[in-house]
Amino acid sequence: MNQKAVLVLGGGIAGIQAAIDLANMGTKVYLVERKPSIGGRMAQLDKTFPTNDCAMCILAPKMIECANHENITLLTYSELAELQGESGRFQAKVIRKARFVDEDKCVGCGECAEKCPTKVTDDFNAGLGQRKAIYKYFPQAVPSTYVIDPDHCRLFQGKKCGVCEKICKAKALDYGQKDREIILDVGAVIMATGFDLYDVSPLSEYGWGKSKNVLTAMQFERMICASGPTMGHLKRPSDGKEPKNLAFIQCVGSRDVRHKKYCSAVCCMHATKEAILAHEHYPELSSSIFYMDMRAVGKGFQDYIQRAKTEYAVEYIRARPGRITENEENLNPIIHYEDTNTRELKTREFDMVILAQALTPSETNASVAEKVGVSLDDFGFVSPSQDPLNPFATTRKGVFACGFCQSPMDVPDSVVRASAAASKAAETLASR
Amino acid sequence: MSDALRVGVFVCHCGTNIGGIVNVPQVVEYASTLPCVACAQGNLYTCSEDGLSTIANKIKELRLNRVVVASCTPRTHETLFRKNCERAGLNKYLFEFVNLREHCSWVHMDKPDQATLKAMDLVRMGVAKVSLLQGREDLSTAVLQIALVLGGGISGLSAALVLGNQGYRVELVEKKEELGGLLRFVNRVFPTHQPASELVDPLIDSVLRHPNIRVHLGAELTQMKGFVGNFEATIKENGESRELNAGTIIVAVGAQAHKPKDVFGYGRFENVMTQLDFEGRCGGYDTFDRVVMISCVGARNEERSYCGRFCCIVGLKNAILVKEANPRAHVTILHRDVMAVGKLYEEYYRRALEMGITFVRFDKLRPPKVKGSGRRAEKVQVVDALMGREIELAADLVLLTTPLVPGEDNMALSRMMKIPLGMDGFFLEAHQKLRPVEFPADGIFVAGCARYPAEISESIAQALAAAAKAAVPMARGEVVSDAFVAEVDPALCSACGRCLSVCPFGAVDWSEVGAPGHGKKSVAEVNPAECKGCGLCASSCLSGAIRLPGFTDEQILAMIGTQG
Repeated sequence: MNQKAVLVLGGGIAGIQAAIDLANMGTKVYLVERKPSIGGRMAQLDKTFPTNDCAMCILAPKMIECANHENITLLTYSELAELQGESGRFQAKVIRKARFVDEDKCVGCGECAEKCPTKVTDDFNAGLGQRKAIYKYFPQAVPSTYVIDPDHCRLFQGKKCGVCEKICKAKALDYGQKDREIILDVGAVIMATGFDLYDVSPLSEYGWGKSKNVLTAMQFERMICASGPTMGHLKRPSDGKEPKNLAFIQCVGSRDVRHKKYCSAVCCMHATKEAILAHEHYPELSSSIFYMDMRAVGKGFQDYIQRAKTEYAVEYIRARPGRITENEENLNPIIHYEDTNTRELKTREFDMVILAQALTPSETNASVAEKVGVSLDDFGFVSPSQDPLNPFATTRKGVFACGFCQSPMDVPDSVVRASAAASKAAETLASR
Repeated sequence: MSDALRVGVFVCHCGTNIGGIVNVPQVVEYASTLPCVACAQGNLYTCSEDGLSTIANKIKELRLNRVVVASCTPRTHETLFRKNCERAGLNKYLFEFVNLREHCSWVHMDKPDQATLKAMDLVRMGVAKVSLLQGREDLSTAVLQIALVLGGGISGLSAALVLGNQGYRVELVEKKEELGGLLRFVNRVFPTHQPASELVDPLIDSVLRHPNIRVHLGAELTQMKGFVGNFEATIKENGESRELNAGTIIVAVGAQAHKPKDVFGYGRFENVMTQLDFEGRCGGYDTFDRVVMISCVGARNEERSYCGRFCCIVGLKNAILVKEANPRAHVTILHRDVMAVGKLYEEYYRRALEMGITFVRFDKLRPPKVKGSGRRAEKVQVVDALMGREIELAADLVLLTTPLVPGEDNMALSRMMKIPLGMDGFFLEAHQKLRPVEFPADGIFVAGCARYPAEISESIAQALAAAAKAAVPMARGEVVSDAFVAEVDPALCSACGRCLSVCPFGAVDWSEVGAPGHGKKSVAEVNPAECKGCGLCASSCLSGAIRLPGFTDEQILAMIGTQG
């Protein structure tokens, strides 16, 4: 008898969609996410191309649907430890990491974090803001349960504190909580582990980390987001001034034999979107996008680029800038590039520069793949399926992959592939 | 309802989210003075297990027959509180949600006194409305476990097979006499260079032999009626009309190849052809020494603004095949951008570069010129955008890389099935980002090139995704919908048709009713299975014939009427 449940690894938009589709078919789903909340990378985005829909506004209902669905068990802040058995009869061991906050009691009111004395650099805000040592991953987190970061919490560092326990009216704090292990019987597994951001500091020619007004695209995304650390106001990190002109540099680490040879698939569009949003916030602002090929191949993408040019003061310059220096007086980044139309070497000064960093498979993808028993390609993506009619198959039968862990792709492609992987998983459960 | 009204009001502190600004005890005290309120109380967290069981106990203990919760947003918590009422034996539609957090405390943080007054107003309105609510039952529609798949290309075949394998019956309708769609005209597929027939033939075979799939060839849809659960399609098969019933539909009718007109010598020179024309020759990769390809022919221009998504990759494929068959051949691709998106295609592009295939960028405003004499093209002139000067390339073959364009039947299908088309002529999905294979109407889905050009693996992915969506209502065997759906009073309907045109879900249709002394008349009728309760029809109705339970005029006037 086959198990009628599916394990989904990764709670980003792909994992969420696969879980909802299967659950709606009547299948029991365990959705495992290593972060304290589901939502994934999409939760960090301000708006989405080409419709400029607010990312959270379209994602949150899906997150809530997951949380409320009778067929979905959310296992956040959890990781797969082991996968035994075979297609139709897998046994998965999942570690539920200690939050030190009782998920059943915490109602997410946030009084603990307000009173917590310890500030920590906020990973969710791409390092631009700060959170507390007890924190909710982001304001709309699902579940809304808080979590203690023991690496920074005063109490766990041997100092006197315990403020959160005193303040919590729901009596949800549990400093003695331990990691727990649970065993799940499932018939199929879907990997949807998503992506990470490539560290651009080795590309020292672009000055990220040295020049304050050079940001990564994800940093910019958080800065322009109304729920981000600057409440959506663009501020130059060097002096807090509103920028008047922005430069976007594409393929930073992508399509580069020294770094990642592949194309990251989404950057042409997110740069265009960010330039459009910046202009919407500040109608005086203009942007220049330095690109190699403007790969706008999706539905409605070409029209989006046209609108950027004609309505949002976005200029596209075909060039691969060689380096960025800094104006010592005003700390403006200066881009050095070759104008390919005139074949002249030029320099141009901007208020802020945004680097479209390469996107890579999730940093934990290799260890997840090893535990699941599927092979990866040279870049760390799940190896392409050998069966052209089933692009979701992996090297282990009964295990399917979808979304960015297969190859760079945007949200609609991830959502399509997630539903498709759900279809294949349902087929596996129906067989025999 | 003969029973006297007994309303329970539960006001949430939400920690300090509400309680820190709004004076909750004052709101509670006020609520207890309102008409028909049997109990009013505050909770620290109404959504906690503690808060929920308090409500359930009060419902039983005081025989409450209406409940108001004044807390956060229905978006996240309505289902929870409704279920909780049901658990305690109260019909879930006798519940009203008042949003004191988003609509009050959060937006009036700096004015706590006025926020408290507003909270009292909101609660009073909630009580006024809940008193007029009636208990209702969810609506259930049975769903046939049969899927109708329109189109027998790679998308339709893939969708049919996965649904067949899951145990559903499938009716596959293909207009042509053969299955396989556009792939029948493709020689080899990228990036493996496997013959297309090797890919599609076994799939066709599995579909034809599948016990759950019935294939209708040379068949065209002529009429479509019904809705999710029970669609009634009429098709014309071999000249004969027949009816097909289905619970769900997948539209996978594909697209067609663009045939250029009077450009680049196409039709004038015999050695100027499209990539697909070239593939139709099935081979002959080694018979040309100087091949020039022109990209974006009929795409990304004034006539057709979109990018064909994978045309560049088709060009790369044929360039690589020519170069492999004849390493001495000069192959040049004239392009505006090389759209090798992602991992696999960038790798493919790099392979082409490493093989010595030349790429020349041109500007849209300065397109290449194909020159020749008689029926033969001999050379191509182009301004190289990187060098800024004109170059001339000898050519014994010129290939035009063209996009797929919308199918010729799209408009007719769109009207017949009440599914929308985009400005580009492709079918328009419900939401570009998160509902890429759905239509606004329930039970109808879209996959493959019917939606937008999609290469093989994308078409398969969309087909399987559409199949997953179609499987949902079929697996459940029923569609359950919220009871708050619009109702038409046929006596008041003036048959103006406004509601039909505003309904985004196609849920309103004409219905014939007998009118006393006037024979029959046509009136609007709302199909409860398709209605989403948005209220557009009710608010656009000039005769006041449409009401939406849960938002009736009486309820809304009662809410307003209780306002100072």
